[in-house]
Amino acid sequence: MIAPRYLIWPLLTLTIVSLVCVIAAVTQGSVALSLEQLWQAFQGQGSLLNQTLVWELRVPRVLAAFATGGLLAVAGALMQILLRNPLADPYVLGISGGASVAALLAILAGITGVFLSGAAFIGAVLSTLLVFGLAQGVGRASPMRLLLTGVVIAAGWGACITLMLALAPPQKIPGMLFWLMGDLSYAHTPWLAWLVLVPICFVLMPLGRSLNVLARGPMQAAALGVNVKQLERLVFVIASLLTAVAVTTAGSIGFVGLVVPHMLRLVLGNDQRLILPACALAGGTLVTLADTLARTVIAPEQLPVGVITALLGVPTFLFLLRRGRV
Amino acid sequence: MTLSTHSLVLDIPLREPHPLELAIESGQMWGILGPNGVGKTTLLHTLAGLVTPRSGSVSLAHKPLSDWHRLSLAQQVGVMFQEHQDGFPATVLETALLGRFPHLSPWEMETDADIAMARASLAYLELSALSERSVSQLSGGERQRTALAALLTQDPSVWLVDEPTNHLDLHHQVAVMRLLQRKAQSDKLVVMSLHDVNLAATWCSHVLLLYPDRPALMGRADKLLTLEHLQPLYQQPLVQGEIDGRLVFLPKPV
Repeated sequence: MIAPRYLIWPLLTLTIVSLVCVIAAVTQGSVALSLEQLWQAFQGQGSLLNQTLVWELRVPRVLAAFATGGLLAVAGALMQILLRNPLADPYVLGISGGASVAALLAILAGITGVFLSGAAFIGAVLSTLLVFGLAQGVGRASPMRLLLTGVVIAAGWGACITLMLALAPPQKIPGMLFWLMGDLSYAHTPWLAWLVLVPICFVLMPLGRSLNVLARGPMQAAALGVNVKQLERLVFVIASLLTAVAVTTAGSIGFVGLVVPHMLRLVLGNDQRLILPACALAGGTLVTLADTLARTVIAPEQLPVGVITALLGVPTFLFLLRRGRV
Repeated sequence: MTLSTHSLVLDIPLREPHPLELAIESGQMWGILGPNGVGKTTLLHTLAGLVTPRSGSVSLAHKPLSDWHRLSLAQQVGVMFQEHQDGFPATVLETALLGRFPHLSPWEMETDADIAMARASLAYLELSALSERSVSQLSGGERQRTALAALLTQDPSVWLVDEPTNHLDLHHQVAVMRLLQRKAQSDKLVVMSLHDVNLAATWCSHVLLLYPDRPALMGRADKLLTLEHLQPLYQQPLVQGEIDGRLVFLPKPV
């Protein structure tokens, strides 16, 4: 594959920015570390406290934040292409709703830790299957049917969540709310997210051109030789898997999946071969930054990371939109 | 190359089935004429293998379309649609470059040669000045020509074109019809749907008249384009005249 300059430079720049953000994020927190202290901790030197801080708290959390952001942004970009709707985001088909209902049920039942994440994952998968099954109806699932089915199912989940919050015993409510707002403080295992994100980025690379054509509508894509039904199904499965893993890792963090792909399209154009890997990097960077702010602004108190992603994203997006070519 | 249909019945609801036996050869330029809703677009989509017929089949080079691999079919058959969808921003050049899709493998990137082909197509359709413009900013006629530029870049052996002159001014109508005719003369196979009988009379070698209520007529344009066949086709009284040796049909105002 010959990668032309317009692919290399943006991706290289984003990679460097990502690395800088990740390193900065590891140094920041309730106790700030200098680069020298960080380097010592990486080499297994320096104070034991610093080593524990870096290896057991900061690195897993920063990696989890980065992977979650990458998953959400790539899932959002895929959903927008699949549904041919610029307003689509990873949660539009009710995936996070299903995950939330399952997670809240688990919290109510007193389940914690890995099993809570497992419940969320199962909820996400069940909700996905439910939406896809219902959208099939007679004949094939058109994007519009899929979108409307997803929106209605999501509304249904929303009602279930409200009902559960209303009926829950008061001492359980803070934990439930934190899960709903998106929270990385429980995300001690970033490995699942990375194990999904990295291989899927490679799977998506040869699909980029087909997705470019699919963005022009299914008929045009079929006329140019794309097996539309197969591609749409694959994209649906991949986007759902990415979202399910993201929700399982960090609850539902809003805004990233909607806005990161659009920001990148405004700056880089709409070639999916560039946009999808760029989404993984930029989405990861945004959530890493947001999470760093969330745990430092009023440290030792923490803010919900979803609030910060929105506060960072809204002005940036509006600025790009005013200069852009939409 | 031959594009043929065998007992083809289009999938149009509530229509009496009139099986269609077509045999279109390279070098011919066919116009499909008929009233609104008769199935001109459905026929083009069926010929391209995009829509499954109710019964019967379509063959290209004596091989049923269902036996073709999608991508190799797209190297041979190109379609220009009547409606152009664009949910996402794309430039005119990117759109013209779409035509190279079937010719590249999944891991290949477009090379300078591909981009040069797209630019040449844009130049041919007088769109060079607009190549960096977003398609959403174009006028109807400019978009129509952009879609045709994508087809020109695709360079298929079979051209299936839905209403090529939609939105076009008279100069560009002639330019586009001449392009299609030139393709037919260089041994491509061209099939288009048309609303304008006079365009068919001027440019097409063959016509297919699709009637809603009786079997279709097909054959040489100069034999079939007569008042006797056209008035029942459109359910409209017509008059015919001759200008500069060309046959012209006009609706009789009632």
